Amino acid sequence: MKKPTRRSALALAAVAALALTGCGSSDPLGGQDTASGSPSATGGTGGSGDALVIGSQQYYSNEIIAELYAQALEAEGYTVERDYQIGQREVYLPEVESGAIDVMPEYGGNLLQYYDAEATATSPEDIQAALAEVLPQGLRPLEPAEATDQDSYNVTRAFAEKHSLTSLADLKNVDEPLKVAANSEFETRPYGPAGLKEAYGVDVTVVPVEDSGGPLTVKALVDGDVQLADIYSADPSIAAEDLVTLEDPENLILPQNVTPIASEAVDEEAAAIIEKVNAKLTPEALIGLNRESVEKEASSEDIAQAWLAGQGLS
Amino acid sequence: MNQLWEAVLWCLDPAQWTGPSGIAARSLEHLGYTLLAVVIAAAIAVPIGWWVGHTGRGRGAAVALSGAARALPTLGVLTLTALLLGIGLAGPMTAFVILAVPSILAAAYAGFEAVDRRVIDAARAQGYTGAQVLWQIEVPLGLPVLVGGLRSAALQVVATATLAAYVGAGGLGRYLFLGLKTQDYAMMLGSSLLVVALALVLDGVFALAGRAAVPRGVTVARRGVNA
Repeated sequence: MKKPTRRSALALAAVAALALTGCGSSDPLGGQDTASGSPSATGGTGGSGDALVIGSQQYYSNEIIAELYAQALEAEGYTVERDYQIGQREVYLPEVESGAIDVMPEYGGNLLQYYDAEATATSPEDIQAALAEVLPQGLRPLEPAEATDQDSYNVTRAFAEKHSLTSLADLKNVDEPLKVAANSEFETRPYGPAGLKEAYGVDVTVVPVEDSGGPLTVKALVDGDVQLADIYSADPSIAAEDLVTLEDPENLILPQNVTPIASEAVDEEAAAIIEKVNAKLTPEALIGLNRESVEKEASSEDIAQAWLAGQGLS
Repeated sequence: MNQLWEAVLWCLDPAQWTGPSGIAARSLEHLGYTLLAVVIAAAIAVPIGWWVGHTGRGRGAAVALSGAARALPTLGVLTLTALLLGIGLAGPMTAFVILAVPSILAAAYAGFEAVDRRVIDAARAQGYTGAQVLWQIEVPLGLPVLVGGLRSAALQVVATATLAAYVGAGGLGRYLFLGLKTQDYAMMLGSSLLVVALALVLDGVFALAGRAAVPRGVTVARRGVNA
Protein backbone atom coordinates (compact mmCIF):
# COMPACT_ATOMS: atom_id res chain seq x y z
CA MET A 1 0.00 0.00 0.00
CA LYS A 2 2.78 2.34 0.95
CA LYS A 3 4.91 1.96 -2.13
CA PRO A 4 2.46 2.85 -4.88
CA THR A 5 1.31 5.96 -2.95
CA ARG A 6 4.82 7.27 -2.63
CA ARG A 7 5.57 6.51 -6.22
CA SER A 8 2.44 8.22 -7.50
CA ALA A 9 3.15 11.25 -5.33
CA LEU A 10 6.61 11.51 -6.82
CA ALA A 11 5.24 11.04 -10.31
CA LEU A 12 2.75 13.81 -9.65
CA ALA A 13 5.57 16.07 -8.51
CA ALA A 14 7.48 15.23 -11.66
CA VAL A 15 4.48 16.14 -13.80
CA ALA A 16 4.08 19.38 -11.87
CA ALA A 17 7.74 20.17 -12.43
CA LEU A 18 7.31 19.48 -16.13
CA ALA A 19 4.28 21.74 -16.27
CA LEU A 20 6.27 24.46 -14.52
CA THR A 21 8.96 24.04 -17.15
CA GLY A 22 6.35 24.75 -19.78
CA CYS A 23 5.04 28.01 -18.40
CA GLY A 24 8.44 29.16 -17.22
CA SER A 25 9.84 29.11 -20.71
CA SER A 26 6.96 30.70 -22.54
CA ASP A 27 6.59 33.89 -20.57
CA PRO A 28 9.75 35.78 -19.57
CA LEU A 29 11.85 34.52 -22.44
CA GLY A 30 9.20 34.94 -25.09
CA GLY A 31 9.98 38.53 -25.93
CA GLN A 32 13.71 38.17 -25.91
CA ASP A 33 14.72 35.48 -28.29
CA THR A 34 13.64 37.42 -31.35
CA ALA A 35 16.28 40.07 -30.75
CA SER A 36 19.36 38.18 -31.76
CA GLY A 37 18.10 37.05 -35.12
CA SER A 38 16.43 40.24 -36.20
CA PRO A 39 19.31 42.38 -37.51
CA SER A 40 20.06 39.92 -40.27
CA ALA A 41 16.37 39.27 -40.86
CA THR A 42 15.68 42.94 -41.43
CA GLY A 43 18.77 43.33 -43.58
CA GLY A 44 17.30 41.04 -46.17
CA THR A 45 14.00 42.79 -46.69
CA GLY A 46 15.39 46.11 -47.92
CA GLY A 47 13.52 47.99 -50.63
CA SER A 48 11.07 45.22 -51.43
CA GLY A 49 8.82 46.34 -54.28
CA ASP A 50 5.81 48.46 -53.46
CA ALA A 51 5.25 47.12 -49.95
CA LEU A 52 5.79 49.53 -47.09
CA VAL A 53 7.92 47.89 -44.41
CA ILE A 54 6.76 48.74 -40.90
CA GLY A 55 9.11 48.03 -38.05
CA SER A 56 8.66 47.97 -34.29
CA GLN A 57 10.85 47.96 -31.22
CA GLN A 58 11.18 44.94 -29.03
CA TYR A 59 8.47 46.35 -26.80
CA TYR A 60 4.91 45.12 -26.81
CA SER A 61 3.37 48.58 -26.76
CA ASN A 62 5.47 49.72 -29.71
CA GLU A 63 4.37 46.70 -31.67
CA ILE A 64 0.72 47.55 -31.03
CA ILE A 65 1.29 51.06 -32.40
CA ALA A 66 3.10 49.64 -35.44
CA GLU A 67 0.16 47.29 -36.00
CA LEU A 68 -2.27 50.24 -35.84
CA TYR A 69 -0.36 51.93 -38.68
CA ALA A 70 -0.09 48.67 -40.63
CA GLN A 71 -3.80 47.90 -40.51
CA ALA A 72 -4.81 51.51 -41.21
CA LEU A 73 -2.60 51.49 -44.32
CA GLU A 74 -3.93 48.11 -45.42
CA ALA A 75 -7.49 49.38 -45.05
CA GLU A 76 -6.64 52.06 -47.64
CA GLY A 77 -5.21 49.53 -50.07
CA TYR A 78 -1.51 49.69 -49.26
CA THR A 79 0.59 46.55 -49.16
CA VAL A 80 2.41 46.29 -45.86
CA GLU A 81 5.25 44.13 -44.66
CA ARG A 82 5.73 43.72 -40.92
CA ASP A 83 9.15 43.61 -39.33
CA TYR A 84 8.45 43.69 -35.61
CA GLN A 85 10.39 43.21 -32.37
CA ILE A 86 13.71 44.65 -33.46
CA GLY A 87 15.96 45.30 -30.44
CA GLN A 88 17.04 48.78 -29.56
CA ARG A 89 17.75 52.01 -31.45
CA GLU A 90 21.33 51.04 -32.13
CA VAL A 91 20.01 48.04 -34.05
CA TYR A 92 16.96 49.27 -35.91
CA LEU A 93 17.80 52.88 -36.73
CA PRO A 94 20.60 51.88 -39.14
CA GLU A 95 17.98 49.69 -40.86
CA VAL A 96 15.62 52.65 -41.10
CA GLU A 97 18.42 54.87 -42.44
CA SER A 98 19.33 52.28 -45.08
CA GLY A 99 15.73 52.15 -46.31
CA ALA A 100 15.08 48.56 -45.19
CA ILE A 101 12.30 49.87 -42.94
CA ASP A 102 9.91 52.60 -44.10
CA VAL A 103 7.84 53.38 -41.01
CA MET A 104 8.96 53.09 -37.41
CA PRO A 105 6.96 54.21 -34.38
CA GLU A 106 9.32 56.24 -32.24
CA TYR A 107 9.30 58.39 -29.12
CA GLY A 108 10.18 62.07 -29.64
CA GLY A 109 12.54 62.92 -26.77
CA ASN A 110 14.67 59.78 -26.81
CA LEU A 111 14.90 59.80 -30.59
CA LEU A 112 16.10 63.40 -30.52
CA GLN A 113 18.73 62.56 -27.90
CA TYR A 114 19.91 59.64 -30.00
CA TYR A 115 20.72 61.95 -32.91
CA ASP A 116 21.69 64.99 -30.83
CA ALA A 117 22.93 64.33 -27.32
CA GLU A 118 23.24 68.10 -26.76
CA ALA A 119 19.61 68.85 -27.64
CA THR A 120 17.99 71.43 -25.38
CA ALA A 121 14.36 71.16 -26.53
CA THR A 122 11.97 70.18 -23.73
CA SER A 123 8.47 70.82 -25.10
CA PRO A 124 6.84 68.42 -27.57
CA GLU A 125 6.67 71.17 -30.22
CA ASP A 126 10.36 72.08 -29.90
CA ILE A 127 11.31 68.40 -29.98
CA GLN A 128 9.31 67.89 -33.15
CA ALA A 129 10.96 70.91 -34.80
CA ALA A 130 14.41 69.77 -33.71
CA LEU A 131 13.75 66.25 -34.98
CA ALA A 132 13.02 67.54 -38.47
CA GLU A 133 16.49 69.13 -38.39
CA VAL A 134 18.54 66.23 -37.07
CA LEU A 135 16.99 63.20 -38.80
CA PRO A 136 19.27 61.83 -41.53
CA GLN A 137 18.62 62.58 -45.21
CA GLY A 138 15.50 60.87 -46.48
CA LEU A 139 13.78 60.47 -43.12
CA ARG A 140 11.08 62.71 -41.69
CA PRO A 141 9.09 62.73 -38.47
CA LEU A 142 5.34 62.52 -38.96
CA GLU A 143 2.88 64.44 -36.80
CA PRO A 144 3.23 63.06 -33.24
CA ALA A 145 0.39 61.64 -31.20
CA GLU A 146 -0.76 63.22 -27.99
CA ALA A 147 0.06 59.93 -26.31
CA THR A 148 3.43 59.69 -24.62
CA ASP A 149 5.30 56.76 -23.16
CA GLN A 150 8.10 58.03 -20.99
CA ASP A 151 10.00 57.24 -17.84
CA SER A 152 8.16 58.48 -14.77
CA TYR A 153 8.82 58.49 -11.04
CA ASN A 154 6.02 56.70 -9.20
CA VAL A 155 5.18 56.24 -5.52
CA THR A 156 2.43 54.30 -3.80
CA ARG A 157 -0.74 56.20 -2.88
CA ALA A 158 0.00 55.64 0.82
CA PHE A 159 3.52 57.05 0.55
CA ALA A 160 2.27 60.07 -1.42
CA GLU A 161 -0.37 60.84 1.21
CA LYS A 162 1.96 60.31 4.15
CA HIS A 163 4.43 62.88 2.79
CA SER A 164 1.88 64.91 0.78
CA LEU A 165 3.68 64.39 -2.51
CA THR A 166 2.43 65.52 -5.88
CA SER A 167 5.63 66.53 -7.64
CA LEU A 168 9.28 65.57 -7.68
CA ALA A 169 10.02 68.86 -5.91
CA ASP A 170 8.06 67.64 -2.86
CA LEU A 171 10.56 64.81 -2.37
CA LYS A 172 12.86 67.34 -0.66
CA ASN A 173 10.59 67.19 2.38
CA VAL A 174 10.79 63.42 2.78
CA ASP A 175 13.09 62.71 5.72
CA GLU A 176 13.89 59.07 4.98
CA PRO A 177 16.39 57.65 2.50
CA LEU A 178 14.89 57.23 -0.96
CA LYS A 179 15.50 54.20 -3.14
CA VAL A 180 14.27 53.95 -6.69
CA ALA A 181 13.74 50.68 -8.55
CA ALA A 182 14.74 50.98 -12.21
CA ASN A 183 16.80 49.32 -14.90
CA SER A 184 20.52 49.59 -14.24
CA GLU A 185 21.07 52.11 -17.04
CA PHE A 186 18.81 54.53 -15.14
CA GLU A 187 21.90 55.28 -13.04
CA THR A 188 23.58 56.87 -16.08
CA ARG A 189 20.58 58.59 -17.68
CA PRO A 190 20.23 62.41 -17.56
CA TYR A 191 16.90 62.00 -15.72
CA GLY A 192 18.44 59.55 -13.23
CA PRO A 193 19.85 60.30 -9.76
CA ALA A 194 22.27 63.00 -10.98
CA GLY A 195 19.52 64.85 -12.86
CA LEU A 196 17.14 64.57 -9.93
CA LYS A 197 19.76 66.04 -7.63
CA GLU A 198 20.46 68.91 -10.00
CA ALA A 199 16.86 69.79 -10.84
CA TYR A 200 15.21 69.15 -7.47
CA GLY A 201 18.01 68.76 -4.92
CA VAL A 202 16.85 65.24 -4.04
CA ASP A 203 19.20 62.33 -3.31
CA VAL A 204 18.16 58.83 -4.37
CA THR A 205 19.95 55.53 -4.74
CA VAL A 206 19.10 53.11 -7.53
CA VAL A 207 18.06 49.52 -6.85
CA PRO A 208 18.53 47.87 -10.24
CA VAL A 209 15.62 45.68 -11.29
CA GLU A 210 16.02 44.74 -14.92
CA ASP A 211 12.48 44.30 -16.16
CA SER A 212 11.95 47.84 -17.49
CA GLY A 213 9.31 48.87 -15.02
CA GLY A 214 7.55 45.51 -15.30
CA PRO A 215 5.93 43.39 -12.59
CA LEU A 216 9.12 42.93 -10.52
CA THR A 217 9.68 46.69 -10.35
CA VAL A 218 6.06 47.29 -9.42
CA LYS A 219 6.25 44.58 -6.75
CA ALA A 220 9.39 46.12 -5.25
CA LEU A 221 7.49 49.41 -4.92
CA VAL A 222 4.28 47.91 -3.55
CA ASP A 223 6.24 45.73 -1.07
CA GLY A 224 8.03 48.83 0.22
CA ASP A 225 11.50 47.56 -0.76
CA VAL A 226 11.86 50.88 -2.58
CA GLN A 227 10.02 54.20 -2.22
CA LEU A 228 10.11 55.17 -5.90
CA ALA A 229 9.92 53.25 -9.15
CA ASP A 230 10.67 54.19 -12.72
CA ILE A 231 7.70 52.97 -14.75
CA TYR A 232 6.73 53.91 -18.31
CA SER A 233 3.87 56.36 -18.18
CA ALA A 234 1.69 54.30 -20.53
CA ASP A 235 1.98 51.22 -18.32
CA PRO A 236 -1.47 50.07 -17.15
CA SER A 237 -0.02 48.91 -13.83
CA ILE A 238 0.18 52.53 -12.64
CA ALA A 239 -3.61 52.70 -12.52
CA ALA A 240 -4.05 49.03 -11.58
CA GLU A 241 -1.85 49.37 -8.47
CA ASP A 242 -3.16 52.87 -7.67
CA LEU A 243 0.29 54.42 -7.94
CA VAL A 244 0.92 58.16 -7.99
CA THR A 245 3.09 59.52 -10.79
CA LEU A 246 5.04 62.52 -9.51
CA GLU A 247 4.84 65.63 -11.67
CA ASP A 248 7.96 66.99 -13.26
CA PRO A 249 7.67 70.81 -13.36
CA GLU A 250 11.34 71.26 -14.30
CA ASN A 251 10.99 69.02 -17.39
CA LEU A 252 13.70 66.69 -16.14
CA ILE A 253 12.23 63.89 -18.24
CA LEU A 254 11.81 64.72 -21.90
CA PRO A 255 8.31 64.20 -23.29
CA GLN A 256 8.15 61.02 -25.37
CA ASN A 257 5.25 61.59 -27.70
CA VAL A 258 4.61 58.73 -30.08
CA THR A 259 6.27 59.98 -33.27
CA PRO A 260 6.48 57.82 -36.38
CA ILE A 261 9.49 58.34 -38.62
CA ALA A 262 9.00 57.73 -42.31
CA SER A 263 11.24 57.12 -45.30
CA GLU A 264 10.79 58.65 -48.76
CA ALA A 265 8.85 55.53 -49.80
CA VAL A 266 6.00 56.81 -47.62
CA ASP A 267 4.01 59.17 -49.86
CA GLU A 268 1.84 62.03 -48.63
CA GLU A 269 -1.30 59.93 -48.73
CA ALA A 270 0.23 57.17 -46.61
CA ALA A 271 1.63 59.75 -44.20
CA ALA A 272 -1.85 61.27 -43.85
CA ILE A 273 -3.30 57.85 -42.97
CA ILE A 274 -0.71 57.35 -40.23
CA GLU A 275 -1.25 60.87 -38.92
CA LYS A 276 -4.98 60.26 -38.78
CA VAL A 277 -4.31 57.30 -36.46
CA ASN A 278 -2.00 59.46 -34.37
CA ALA A 279 -4.64 62.18 -34.05
CA LYS A 280 -6.84 59.69 -32.18
CA LEU A 281 -4.03 58.24 -30.08
CA THR A 282 -4.50 60.02 -26.75
CA PRO A 283 -2.55 59.06 -23.60
CA GLU A 284 -5.63 57.26 -22.28
CA ALA A 285 -6.05 55.42 -25.56
CA LEU A 286 -2.47 54.17 -25.45
CA ILE A 287 -2.83 52.97 -21.85
CA GLY A 288 -6.06 51.24 -22.88
CA LEU A 289 -4.30 49.49 -25.76
CA ASN A 290 -1.49 48.38 -23.46
CA ARG A 291 -4.00 47.11 -20.93
CA GLU A 292 -5.55 44.85 -23.57
CA SER A 293 -2.13 43.27 -24.01
CA VAL A 294 -1.03 43.09 -20.36
CA GLU A 295 -4.30 42.08 -18.74
CA LYS A 296 -6.08 40.14 -21.48
CA GLU A 297 -2.98 38.94 -23.32
CA ALA A 298 -4.61 39.78 -26.65
CA SER A 299 -2.39 39.81 -29.75
CA SER A 300 -1.32 43.14 -31.23
CA GLU A 301 -3.27 42.22 -34.34
CA ASP A 302 -6.55 41.77 -32.48
CA ILE A 303 -5.98 44.82 -30.29
CA ALA A 304 -5.28 47.04 -33.29
CA GLN A 305 -8.22 45.68 -35.25
CA ALA A 306 -10.69 46.30 -32.43
CA TRP A 307 -9.41 49.79 -31.70
CA LEU A 308 -9.32 50.95 -35.32
CA ALA A 309 -12.86 49.67 -35.81
CA GLY A 310 -13.94 51.56 -32.71
CA GLN A 311 -12.38 54.78 -34.02
CA GLY A 312 -13.89 54.34 -37.50
CA LEU A 313 -10.45 54.01 -39.07
CA SER A 314 -10.64 50.56 -40.61
CA MET B 1 39.67 41.79 -31.25
CA ASN B 2 39.69 45.44 -30.35
CA GLN B 3 36.66 45.02 -28.11
CA LEU B 4 38.25 42.05 -26.41
CA TRP B 5 41.30 44.17 -25.67
CA GLU B 6 39.13 46.98 -24.27
CA ALA B 7 37.35 44.41 -22.10
CA VAL B 8 40.67 43.19 -20.73
CA LEU B 9 41.69 46.79 -20.04
CA TRP B 10 38.38 47.31 -18.23
CA CYS B 11 39.08 44.28 -16.01
CA LEU B 12 42.56 45.54 -15.22
CA ASP B 13 41.57 49.14 -14.51
CA PRO B 14 42.33 49.65 -10.80
CA ALA B 15 39.64 52.33 -10.55
CA GLN B 16 37.01 49.66 -11.25
CA TRP B 17 38.16 47.41 -8.43
CA THR B 18 37.42 49.44 -5.32
CA GLY B 19 34.29 50.68 -3.59
CA PRO B 20 31.01 49.00 -2.68
CA SER B 21 30.21 48.52 -6.37
CA GLY B 22 33.77 47.70 -7.42
CA ILE B 23 34.90 44.52 -9.13
CA ALA B 24 36.40 43.11 -5.92
CA ALA B 25 33.18 43.48 -3.96
CA ARG B 26 31.02 42.23 -6.83
CA SER B 27 33.25 39.20 -7.41
CA LEU B 28 33.10 38.25 -3.73
CA GLU B 29 29.34 38.67 -3.80
CA HIS B 30 29.18 36.49 -6.90
CA LEU B 31 31.38 33.80 -5.38
CA GLY B 32 29.41 33.95 -2.13
CA TYR B 33 26.10 33.41 -3.96
CA THR B 34 27.59 30.48 -5.86
CA LEU B 35 28.91 28.74 -2.76
CA LEU B 36 25.74 29.40 -0.77
CA ALA B 37 23.60 27.95 -3.56
CA VAL B 38 25.79 24.83 -3.82
CA VAL B 39 25.79 24.34 -0.04
CA ILE B 40 22.00 24.62 0.19
CA ALA B 41 21.54 22.37 -2.85
CA ALA B 42 23.94 19.81 -1.37
CA ALA B 43 22.07 19.86 1.94
CA ILE B 44 18.93 18.93 0.02
CA ALA B 45 20.29 16.65 -2.69
CA VAL B 46 23.01 14.63 -0.92
CA PRO B 47 20.78 12.96 1.72
CA ILE B 48 18.15 12.16 -0.92
CA GLY B 49 20.76 10.90 -3.36
CA TRP B 50 22.41 8.73 -0.73
CA TRP B 51 19.06 7.31 0.34
CA VAL B 52 18.22 6.50 -3.28
CA GLY B 53 21.65 4.99 -3.86
CA HIS B 54 21.71 3.01 -0.62
CA THR B 55 18.19 1.58 -0.79
CA GLY B 56 17.83 1.47 -4.54
CA ARG B 57 14.35 2.89 -4.09
CA GLY B 58 12.88 5.87 -5.89
CA ARG B 59 15.53 5.86 -8.56
CA GLY B 60 13.06 6.36 -11.40
CA ALA B 61 11.47 9.29 -9.62
CA ALA B 62 14.85 10.84 -8.84
CA VAL B 63 15.91 10.57 -12.48
CA ALA B 64 12.62 12.04 -13.71
CA LEU B 65 12.62 14.86 -11.18
CA SER B 66 16.18 15.91 -11.71
CA GLY B 67 15.75 15.66 -15.47
CA ALA B 68 12.70 17.91 -15.32
CA ALA B 69 14.46 20.34 -12.99
CA ARG B 70 17.39 20.56 -15.39
CA ALA B 71 15.01 21.69 -18.12
CA LEU B 72 13.67 24.61 -16.06
CA PRO B 73 14.84 27.91 -17.55
CA THR B 74 16.50 29.75 -14.68
CA LEU B 75 15.35 33.22 -15.73
CA GLY B 76 11.76 31.98 -15.71
CA VAL B 77 12.10 30.40 -12.26
CA LEU B 78 13.83 33.52 -10.98
CA THR B 79 11.06 35.79 -12.24
CA LEU B 80 8.38 33.58 -10.73
CA THR B 81 10.10 33.26 -7.35
CA ALA B 82 10.94 36.96 -7.25
CA LEU B 83 7.30 37.78 -7.97
CA LEU B 84 6.39 35.64 -4.95
CA LEU B 85 9.22 36.64 -2.63
CA GLY B 86 9.99 40.19 -3.75
CA ILE B 87 13.25 41.61 -5.00
CA GLY B 88 16.51 40.75 -3.28
CA LEU B 89 18.43 37.52 -2.89
CA ALA B 90 15.65 35.06 -2.00
CA GLY B 91 14.25 34.77 -5.53
CA PRO B 92 17.52 34.23 -7.38
CA MET B 93 18.87 31.95 -4.63
CA THR B 94 15.85 29.67 -5.00
CA ALA B 95 16.43 29.53 -8.75
CA PHE B 96 20.15 28.75 -8.31
CA VAL B 97 19.41 25.96 -5.83
CA ILE B 98 16.94 24.43 -8.30
CA LEU B 99 19.68 24.68 -10.91
CA ALA B 100 22.29 23.01 -8.69
CA VAL B 101 20.20 20.18 -7.21
CA PRO B 102 20.00 17.83 -10.24
CA SER B 103 23.77 17.45 -10.78
CA ILE B 104 24.40 16.87 -7.09
CA LEU B 105 21.47 14.47 -6.69
CA ALA B 106 22.54 12.43 -9.69
CA ALA B 107 26.16 12.35 -8.54
CA ALA B 108 25.16 11.28 -5.03
CA TYR B 109 23.27 8.18 -6.14
CA ALA B 110 25.50 7.46 -9.12
CA GLY B 111 28.48 7.44 -6.75
CA PHE B 112 26.83 4.69 -4.72
CA GLU B 113 25.88 2.74 -7.81
CA ALA B 114 29.47 2.84 -8.98
CA VAL B 115 30.59 0.95 -5.89
CA ASP B 116 31.47 -2.64 -6.78
CA ARG B 117 28.62 -4.85 -5.54
CA ARG B 118 31.14 -7.49 -4.45
CA VAL B 119 32.66 -5.05 -1.97
CA ILE B 120 29.26 -4.49 -0.39
CA ASP B 121 28.47 -8.21 -0.40
CA ALA B 122 31.80 -8.90 1.26
CA ALA B 123 31.09 -6.30 3.91
CA ARG B 124 27.67 -7.75 4.61
CA ALA B 125 29.18 -11.23 4.84
CA GLN B 126 31.54 -9.90 7.50
CA GLY B 127 28.55 -8.68 9.47
CA TYR B 128 28.48 -4.96 8.58
CA THR B 129 25.16 -3.35 9.43
CA GLY B 130 23.31 -1.22 6.89
CA ALA B 131 24.62 1.95 8.54
CA GLN B 132 28.19 0.64 8.48
CA VAL B 133 27.91 -0.23 4.80
CA LEU B 134 26.61 3.28 4.17
CA TRP B 135 29.20 5.24 6.15
CA GLN B 136 32.27 3.05 5.80
CA ILE B 137 31.91 1.81 2.24
CA GLU B 138 29.37 3.62 0.08
CA VAL B 139 30.01 7.18 1.25
CA PRO B 140 33.82 7.13 0.98
CA LEU B 141 33.85 5.18 -2.27
CA GLY B 142 31.13 7.33 -3.80
CA LEU B 143 32.77 10.57 -2.73
CA PRO B 144 34.85 11.26 -5.86
CA VAL B 145 31.71 11.03 -8.04
CA LEU B 146 29.84 13.30 -5.60
CA VAL B 147 32.61 15.89 -5.74
CA GLY B 148 32.34 15.73 -9.52
CA GLY B 149 28.63 16.53 -9.19
CA LEU B 150 29.36 19.43 -6.85
CA ARG B 151 31.90 20.67 -9.38
CA SER B 152 29.47 20.74 -12.27
CA ALA B 153 26.77 22.29 -10.07
CA ALA B 154 29.17 25.03 -8.97
CA LEU B 155 30.15 25.76 -12.57
CA GLN B 156 26.52 26.00 -13.67
CA VAL B 157 25.65 28.31 -10.79
CA VAL B 158 28.69 30.56 -11.16
CA ALA B 159 27.77 31.16 -14.78
CA THR B 160 24.11 31.70 -13.99
CA ALA B 161 24.58 33.83 -10.86
CA THR B 162 24.82 36.84 -13.18
CA LEU B 163 21.02 36.73 -13.10
CA ALA B 164 20.99 37.83 -9.46
CA ALA B 165 21.44 41.36 -10.77
CA TYR B 166 18.15 41.03 -12.64
CA VAL B 167 16.33 41.61 -9.36
CA GLY B 168 18.78 43.98 -7.73
CA ALA B 169 20.84 41.46 -5.78
CA GLY B 170 24.20 42.45 -7.30
CA GLY B 171 27.01 40.10 -8.24
CA LEU B 172 29.00 40.35 -11.45
CA GLY B 173 25.77 40.42 -13.46
CA ARG B 174 25.41 44.05 -12.37
CA TYR B 175 28.08 45.00 -14.92
CA LEU B 176 26.67 42.66 -17.53
CA PHE B 177 23.24 44.32 -17.46
CA LEU B 178 24.61 47.85 -17.14
CA GLY B 179 27.01 47.28 -20.04
CA LEU B 180 24.27 45.78 -22.17
CA LYS B 181 21.81 48.60 -21.59
CA THR B 182 24.31 51.45 -21.98
CA GLN B 183 26.14 49.92 -24.96
CA ASP B 184 29.31 49.76 -22.87
CA TYR B 185 30.48 46.53 -24.46
CA ALA B 186 33.91 46.65 -22.82
CA MET B 187 32.19 46.49 -19.43
CA MET B 188 29.84 43.76 -20.60
CA LEU B 189 32.55 41.57 -22.08
CA GLY B 190 34.92 42.39 -19.22
CA SER B 191 32.43 41.18 -16.62
CA SER B 192 31.90 38.01 -18.66
CA LEU B 193 35.65 37.42 -18.59
CA LEU B 194 35.58 37.81 -14.81
CA VAL B 195 32.85 35.18 -14.58
CA VAL B 196 34.95 32.87 -16.77
CA ALA B 197 37.95 33.47 -14.49
CA LEU B 198 35.88 32.69 -11.39
CA ALA B 199 34.61 29.52 -13.07
CA LEU B 200 38.16 28.40 -13.88
CA VAL B 201 39.29 29.00 -10.31
CA LEU B 202 36.31 27.06 -8.95
CA ASP B 203 36.92 24.26 -11.42
CA GLY B 204 40.54 24.02 -10.31
CA VAL B 205 39.60 23.92 -6.65
CA PHE B 206 37.04 21.17 -7.23
CA ALA B 207 39.50 19.21 -9.37
CA LEU B 208 41.94 19.19 -6.45
CA ALA B 209 39.15 18.32 -4.03
CA GLY B 210 38.08 15.48 -6.31
CA ARG B 211 41.57 14.07 -6.26
CA ALA B 212 41.77 14.38 -2.49
CA ALA B 213 38.39 12.67 -2.14
CA VAL B 214 39.61 9.35 -3.54
CA PRO B 215 40.25 7.04 -0.56
CA ARG B 216 43.85 5.87 -0.31
CA GLY B 217 42.95 2.20 -0.60
CA VAL B 218 41.29 2.83 -3.96
CA THR B 219 44.36 4.55 -5.37
CA VAL B 220 46.55 1.73 -4.20
CA ALA B 221 44.20 -0.84 -5.70
CA ARG B 222 44.08 1.05 -9.01
CA ARG B 223 47.81 1.36 -9.17
CA GLY B 224 48.02 -2.33 -8.49
CA VAL B 225 45.68 -3.07 -11.38
CA ASN B 226 47.48 -0.72 -13.74
CA ALA B 227 50.93 -2.00 -12.89
